[in-house]
Amino acid sequence: MPLTFTVSKLTFLIRKLLEENEALQDVWVQGELSNLSRPASGHVYFTLKDSSAALKCVMWKTSAARLTLSLRDGMEVEVHGRIGIYEPAGQYQLYADQIRPVGEGALYQEFMRLKAMLEAEGLFDPQRKRPVPEFPKKIGIVTSATGAALRDMLNTLRRRLPLVEVILAASPVQGTEAPPALVKAIQSLNRQRPDIIIIARGGGSMEDLWAFNDERVVRAVAASQVPVISGVGHETDFTLCDFVADLRAPTPTAAAELATQITLLDLQAEVQNYQNRLVTSILNLIAEQKNMLSSLTTELRYLSPERRIQSERQRLDELARRVYSSLLHRVQLQSAHVAGMRNRLDALNPLAVLSRGYAVVTQKSDGRVISRVAQAKNGQSIQVRVSDGRFDATVDEK
Amino acid sequence: MPKSTAKKTEKPVEELSYEEALAELENIVSVLEGEQGQLEEAIKLFERGQALAARCGVLLEAAELKVKQVAGDTAVPFEEESE
Repeated sequence: MPLTFTVSKLTFLIRKLLEENEALQDVWVQGELSNLSRPASGHVYFTLKDSSAALKCVMWKTSAARLTLSLRDGMEVEVHGRIGIYEPAGQYQLYADQIRPVGEGALYQEFMRLKAMLEAEGLFDPQRKRPVPEFPKKIGIVTSATGAALRDMLNTLRRRLPLVEVILAASPVQGTEAPPALVKAIQSLNRQRPDIIIIARGGGSMEDLWAFNDERVVRAVAASQVPVISGVGHETDFTLCDFVADLRAPTPTAAAELATQITLLDLQAEVQNYQNRLVTSILNLIAEQKNMLSSLTTELRYLSPERRIQSERQRLDELARRVYSSLLHRVQLQSAHVAGMRNRLDALNPLAVLSRGYAVVTQKSDGRVISRVAQAKNGQSIQVRVSDGRFDATVDEK
Repeated sequence: MPKSTAKKTEKPVEELSYEEALAELENIVSVLEGEQGQLEEAIKLFERGQALAARCGVLLEAAELKVKQVAGDTAVPFEEESE
């Protein structure tokens, strides 16, 4: 006799069956979106179908909030989730947590394959990374001429470092024509010799960003003579361009910021700093000169001839005094000598003999002294000198 | 001694690019900071330096982003889309 189940019990058994199957608890399902419904609760309900089957799906509010894709009926998508039972309706369904456009899974596989290959070649090695100049004069940009990414980057550069010259090498950034155009853009920018090349694109799906995973583009970035900054997609997007670039920026705007590490404000501060140093150094120099002047003045005063003149004057006085005293001494000596001579002269004075009664007789004619008889002749006129005068006489007889 | 500056100062300040003006300013500052004596020469350098700093300031103030576009092996002005 077969056992009779209640509906609940049977449903529970089916649920257990489904939930114990690991493959059904972590599954990707591809199909076309239909019966899309987003009630106020925030949960998303839809049906995935293909030509012969349909699958009810629900995505809870928390997962729905993380959706980057905007869902439309008719869209081919891949949905990830687990299979479960909605017991009140007796219905199995997919509890979805991720939805991506069809093809992304295959793209992801290709991404991983290329990444591994290029990594093995050493294209992503940290020692290949070149430093990005801090103060570029010329920045090359590879992006779409019409995208918001270009506008964002130009605005950022304009705000941060308007001294810079930008050279754009415009290129489509998605579609099959994008990779060869991007390669050509990188190569022609290299011939313009900018200091930095930014390769950038705004956000999009993995498929949209796919050109930046193209092997040709990755190799062109690796071959660039000029350091490359990549700014592709959003913070969470990683492309092979990001791995091969010398510097990875999360967004185009961030790439423009990383390309201008020194900004207008820094330059203005630098000029101001030079100006301050200029003023300080000239003031120091003037102060130094003043000091030097005052010490020279002191030295000059010390070396002034005034002191020498005084000492010379003193020496002169000294000499004058010595001259005077030696002269005086000499005069005294001379006058003593004169006195002595006078005494001796006095002693020899014949007049002194006369006073004792002697007389001096001279010839009247020639004044010669007659000291012997033979000198006298009769009748001769003579002069006789005595102590108080003289008188004439005549020789009478011999 | 500042022989080289003395030679370079011949070019009028108004004709210098930002880089030239800044490089000369930098040189003058280091000369003045190392200088002993020569007040008259130093004051000339100082005045030149002031003019260079002013030139740099004006150039920074007036700087406008130049955007060109690659065209073959040359670059031509690029017209940005206005919003």
